[in-house]
Amino acid sequence: MTIQEIQSEIEEEFGFFDDWMDKYEHLIGLGKDLPLIDPQFKTEEHIIKGCQSQVWLHAELEDGKLFYTADSDAIITKGVISLLIRSFNAQTPDAILEASTDFIDRIGLKDHLSPTRANGLVSMVKQMKFYALAFKAQKQNT
Amino acid sequence: MERHIASIREQFPILKTQVNGKPLVYLDNAASTQKPTRVVNAIAQYYNTSHSNVHRGVHSLSQKATQLFEEAREAVRAHLNAASSDEIIFTKGCTDAINTVASGYERLLKKGDEVLISHLEHHSNIVPWQMACERSGASLKIIPMNHKGELEWSASLLSSRTKIVAVNHVSNALGTINPIQQIIADAHAVSAAVLIDGAQATPHFSVDVQTLDADFYTFSGHKVYGPTGIGVLYGKRSFLEMLPPYQGGGDMIKTVTFSKTTYAPIPFKFEAGTPNMAGAIGLHEALNFMSDIGLENIASYENQLLQYANEELSRIPGIRFIGTAENKASVLSFLVEGAHPYDVGVLLDQMGIAVRTGHHCTQPIMDYFEIPGTVRASFGMYNTMEEVDQLVRGVMRSASMLV
Repeated sequence: MTIQEIQSEIEEEFGFFDDWMDKYEHLIGLGKDLPLIDPQFKTEEHIIKGCQSQVWLHAELEDGKLFYTADSDAIITKGVISLLIRSFNAQTPDAILEASTDFIDRIGLKDHLSPTRANGLVSMVKQMKFYALAFKAQKQNT
Repeated sequence: MERHIASIREQFPILKTQVNGKPLVYLDNAASTQKPTRVVNAIAQYYNTSHSNVHRGVHSLSQKATQLFEEAREAVRAHLNAASSDEIIFTKGCTDAINTVASGYERLLKKGDEVLISHLEHHSNIVPWQMACERSGASLKIIPMNHKGELEWSASLLSSRTKIVAVNHVSNALGTINPIQQIIADAHAVSAAVLIDGAQATPHFSVDVQTLDADFYTFSGHKVYGPTGIGVLYGKRSFLEMLPPYQGGGDMIKTVTFSKTTYAPIPFKFEAGTPNMAGAIGLHEALNFMSDIGLENIASYENQLLQYANEELSRIPGIRFIGTAENKASVLSFLVEGAHPYDVGVLLDQMGIAVRTGHHCTQPIMDYFEIPGTVRASFGMYNTMEEVDQLVRGVMRSASMLV
């Protein structure tokens, strides 16, 4: 599936909830189910500090595709991370660099990707793209 | 006071706002209070009928603006019971007021001198002193605190090297009311000056700077139901006369030649540039508003809110209060076991309840308790017992979703 297809699928899933509590319960569930990041990557080097919550992010390239793992100390932040990872995982650096994250707005979670929330997510999206750019450059150089 | 709450709330149009489809429950008053219509109207009235630059023109409007601005200064003097309105400096906020004093002291401090602050300070009463110490070679010492969030005050923290003690009257993160009367008396015994950051005290109870014998006292307009961008530095005359000016510019000079400038007398020495006249006039109206309600009424009603919130929140399984001092203003910091404060704040917001989450610009306090932050509910005079109930239900609902 392309990033766009995955994001449409997420939008459809969230379309079932007409009540904010159901939506957040789903998000919290996703946060709790987020696969654990390898403890060796939960270091200062991988941390993205927000004022409210913090995020750890790691990326690896396998057969030309990117695989992210991440964690946060806040569970709702983790839920949003899980959506971002699901839409970007197993995609090529080029596809990730071109992708948008507008689907987060469309499922009514816009506030969580706003710099005013200071939860580390805005920087995390930047960092995800930065990994894509770095892997792309690495590939071109080899 | 309880029976007047409905009519007090009427004066704050913003309290009728809906947030996420729910009626707003505003419990972030320690960050900033809302404004009554009369404050907003006073500012509009000033701009519509009386605005001009102050202390300059001979024309009538300038005279009128100057008169209103100076009346505001007199109102602040009366509010703090200062000896003279010359001792009231208008600043752009409480942080600006502290920086005014710290930057002056930076030039007075020498290597070997000590500045004493407390573990309970807001970053705005830490960083200016760190900067002053770094540049002057003085050292910064800290008054420790205990697990209840109370200062462990001891006169032995002072010595002849202590030049200034800077402490908040009330902690913004925990609500602790500090023993400033004792600290001031002990500091004066070793001839150290004392600055009290009153940002979190002035919204809740009356302050008499002469009884306290504080050398400097600072507060912020927007936390006492007044506008943003205006704050107050009170300083005893002798201290303000001794302190070098903070910024240079118009209005703060007596004579200027290219070789030397002589400064205007206080308070103007510390008010470089065109001051925030509208802010001062709005603050004047806000202080009148508080006096009309009665500071004693405000203090006792907010205390009831605090006690009630304390009792009701205590019933929630897994709740942990951060800051359990005996003597507290209406600020409640807490955590729910197993839930990150950010998550609780996000869910409460979905229910229309505005609280502050995070470290509250007091990272040393959070480090002491080894926590990432707290959920903080802070009450103002317009909050109700029903809103406390809504908070309790909201926290329980959040906990059931998160834990």
